[in-house]
Order: sequence, then structure tokens, then C-alpha cells
Amino acid sequence: MVSEQEVENVARLGDISIDKERLGEFTAQFNKILSYFDLLDQVAGEGDAGEHDLYNVLRDDEVEASLSHEEAISNAGETEEGYIKAPRVM
Amino acid sequence: MQGIYTFDAEDRHNAFITRQEEVRYGDGKLSGVAIAVKDNISTKGMQTTCASRILEGYVPPYDAHVVSLLRREGAAIVGKTNMDEFGMGTTTENSAFGPTTNPCDSTCVPGGSSGGSAAAVASGMVKMALGTDTGGSIRCPAAFCGIVGLKPTYGRISRYGLIAYSNSLEQIGPMAGNVGDVSRLMEVISAPDRHDSTTYARPYEHTPVADIGGKRIGLPAEYFGEGVDKDVAAAVRKATEKLEEMGAELVECSIPSMAYALAAYYVICTSEASSNLSRFDGVRYGPAVEKRRQWHPEFRDHRGKRFGTEVQRRIMLGTFALSAGYYGKYYAKAQIAKENVRRDFTRILEDVDLIAGPTMPTTAFKIGEKTDPLSMYLSDILTVPANLAGLPAISVPCGKVAKMPVGLQLIGKPFGEEAVIDAAYAYEQGVSQ
Repeated sequence: MVSEQEVENVARLGDISIDKERLGEFTAQFNKILSYFDLLDQVAGEGDAGEHDLYNVLRDDEVEASLSHEEAISNAGETEEGYIKAPRVM
Repeated sequence: MQGIYTFDAEDRHNAFITRQEEVRYGDGKLSGVAIAVKDNISTKGMQTTCASRILEGYVPPYDAHVVSLLRREGAAIVGKTNMDEFGMGTTTENSAFGPTTNPCDSTCVPGGSSGGSAAAVASGMVKMALGTDTGGSIRCPAAFCGIVGLKPTYGRISRYGLIAYSNSLEQIGPMAGNVGDVSRLMEVISAPDRHDSTTYARPYEHTPVADIGGKRIGLPAEYFGEGVDKDVAAAVRKATEKLEEMGAELVECSIPSMAYALAAYYVICTSEASSNLSRFDGVRYGPAVEKRRQWHPEFRDHRGKRFGTEVQRRIMLGTFALSAGYYGKYYAKAQIAKENVRRDFTRILEDVDLIAGPTMPTTAFKIGEKTDPLSMYLSDILTVPANLAGLPAISVPCGKVAKMPVGLQLIGKPFGEEAVIDAAYAYEQGVSQ
């Protein structure tokens, strides 16, 4: 069973604000879904499953046509001198 | 043949999020054919929202590979269809633009997540549509609305320009009113693409043949057992008997790994979603965040306000499944389970040519009927195995139960779309005679 505090912590890690009122419902649903996921305890084996036919897909490092600078930043909320503005980090 | 397509059909089922009234089209294999595109596939110059408030107003600066191919072949792309937000749902009720309704009965859901595409085809607004299928999102709405939908083999269609939800499972695929049109659309969208390194150069160039003679068709016990509505199972049994009459041989089989396929699917798709959807921060696209506040508090409020509840739930479940201490219990086990599912299908497909069963365990639910997330997830049980195993799977209408359509699902070998389409075509032609 996970607690409301754990669900709140997961929301914080996932960068999602959850109202206190919704936390109880989220937690109840979380526990129901996680107990269904317990079915996976019956799966034998540990570690990562084997991968198949892995090979690299690379091309020659040659410049090809791509989006223009203007197009690439055309959806940004705010730009300044060709740069995208983001909230402050510090 | 070049011209302008006038798209004036009334949208009675809320199938579209964005529509174009006049569409210029060119020459080609789909010249002048009206096609709708699911709203998680990028269309240059046309708003693409994934049915989410977090992408409202986003206008892609480039076309998805499949969209370039449609344009190249002269298709008239008339609009972008409604869906469950980011593809997360089985009913198209989880849309920021309101639910789509089922053209067969507007008190029912059309299925999801490509419900808008299915409703647009089923109501006759367009001839063909593109959907995407991560765990059944093409086949479910095709079954619920009584149309044909194909999820191609993983790696057969480029995902370049598809706004990712769960990269290792999802594929773009064709939807239409009949198998012939699904095949025509498949032919156009399967051209190779170097922008998606998970694709193989295996273009589909095929004209359907209505011949099922000598084919062996596996019927897994799990597809007709507990949890599957008896009338739906009976309708699908009857369809397989029709295939038998036409010369196919029916073989009983079993897929033991189905027991944990659904749990594995939801662990993998939520884990991938938690990573994929971290890019929606209101900085590079979508409505903008406030720049004066600090980074994390501002992102949290933005994502708390603009993502729908189901999207938030899946991001949180995935974040949890990948967190330290739980990775081995959930994600690693899910990958092993996925591999077991793939092995089971490989083993059966060595003995048979195709696997048949119902697409969905029931017919379409009523709008608002499913409120509990887990019970909604459980309805995907018959569609997720093909995504876990990466196999091609089609849903073709096979009669009705209480006036609502039932879908026959046919699953084939990797890159065996031709055989899957031939079998569906044989069934469709066989019942129409």
C-alpha cells in the first residue's frame, strides 16, 4: 500500500501539482492499480529481458536540409534575439 | 487530377478538433480522397493538440512522414480528429475538447483512443483516416463503430512526427469503411523513412485477394474465456466458422502469458509516458508558463492545470514504477512478461498462419459508464498482446450484438500485413455475398 505522502512525492517528482482534495482519490486508485500490477510477481526471471537483433542505425555526418531557426522556435511562448525564454532556475 | 475539396459535412459526433473547409489536393494514388488525421500526428501549418490543453494552439513547423506521403499522393487532409488526450484511454472521453460519440448510437462511446477518426469514417464524413495504436487505439474504435482498422507491425510505418506517448509499443495505422480502402491507405503510408531508425524498409505493395483456402487459424482459449461477453464471443466464433466454410482450418491454442500481459502493458506504457511527457513544460510549445516564478513550482502548476486527470495518473504511475526500489518489481518484470508474450505468439505462429479472436471483450460502453480507471484498463486485454509482441492486427466488423457492432480481430506474423488483410478481405467478401 502506498500512502498519500508517497503519492504526493511521486506527483512532485513528475512535476504535477495535485490539490489536497484530489490526493485521497488518486491514492485509492493508485493502490487498486498497483495491486493489479502485483500479478507481475508471478513472472519468473530477473534483470532485463533479452534484446534482439540490436544494431546501430547511423548515417554519414553530412549536413542536410532541416528546419530554419525561425521555424524551430516559432511555437515558443517567449523569445528574445532568437533564444527561447524559460522561467528562472535559481 | 488537381482541385479543391470542399469539406462541409456536419460533425454530429464531435469527431474533429480542427477542420479545413477548403483543401487543395494534387495528383496521385489518393487524389481528392478526403482523409482525417488523428490529432497526435504532426501536420505542418495545422493545429495539433493531442486533445490536450497543454498543446492548445500548437502549430507544427513540419509534417509527419505519413502526412508528407498523403500529400504526395494527392489526399485532401480535411482535419484533425478527436482522441483521448495523448492517446490515453479506451473511449475518447478523456479529451479536452469533449467526448466523441458513436455514430451507431450516440449514447455510446466510439472507443478509443482514435475515436474521432473512427467516428469520422463511420459517419461518412471521410472515406479514410489515420489513427495510432499503442494498446488497441485503432482496433477498439474500429470494432465499436463497425469499421476496419489495422495496427501494423512495429517498425513497418514511420513514427516521425507522431507525438510520442509510448515509443516501444505504438504504431500509426489506416482506418476505413472496408478492407480495400485500408489496404490502399496502408500502401501509401508504408514508404520507408530514414528519420525513424526503428523502421524497416518493408513497403506494403499489395492488392487484397479474397482467398483463405488452406490457411490455419489459431483460436486462443484466452480470447473466448472469462471476461469476454458471451454474445460477443459467439458472434466471433460464428465469423471464424465462416472462414472455415471458405477453406480455412481452425486450430485451438493457448497463450499462457496473457495472464500478465495487461499488467505488463500498463507498466511499460505509463513508464514511457512519464518520460515522454516531461517535455511539456510550456517553454518551447503550447501555452506559455509565467517566466518570473521559479522553474519547478511553475511547471508543476502548469502541468497540474493543463494535463487531464488520466494523463496525470499515468505520468505518476510511470514515475512510481521507474523510481528507485520499484524498478525491479515493475518495469524489469514487465519487460520479461513482454518477452514471454512475444515468445508465446512466435510459438503459435510457427504452427498457424493467423490468430483470431474478438477485438474487444464487449460492445461499446455507454458514455460515462466506466468511471474506475482499472476497469477501463481491463477492457484492453485482447488488444494489448499484439502491441507487446509487435505483431500486425486488424479489426473487421463481424455482425452485431444488441444493435452494436462487434469486431473480429486477426493477428498475423511480423510484417505479415498482406496475409492479415487477405484474410479480413476474404471474410468481408464472404459475408457480403
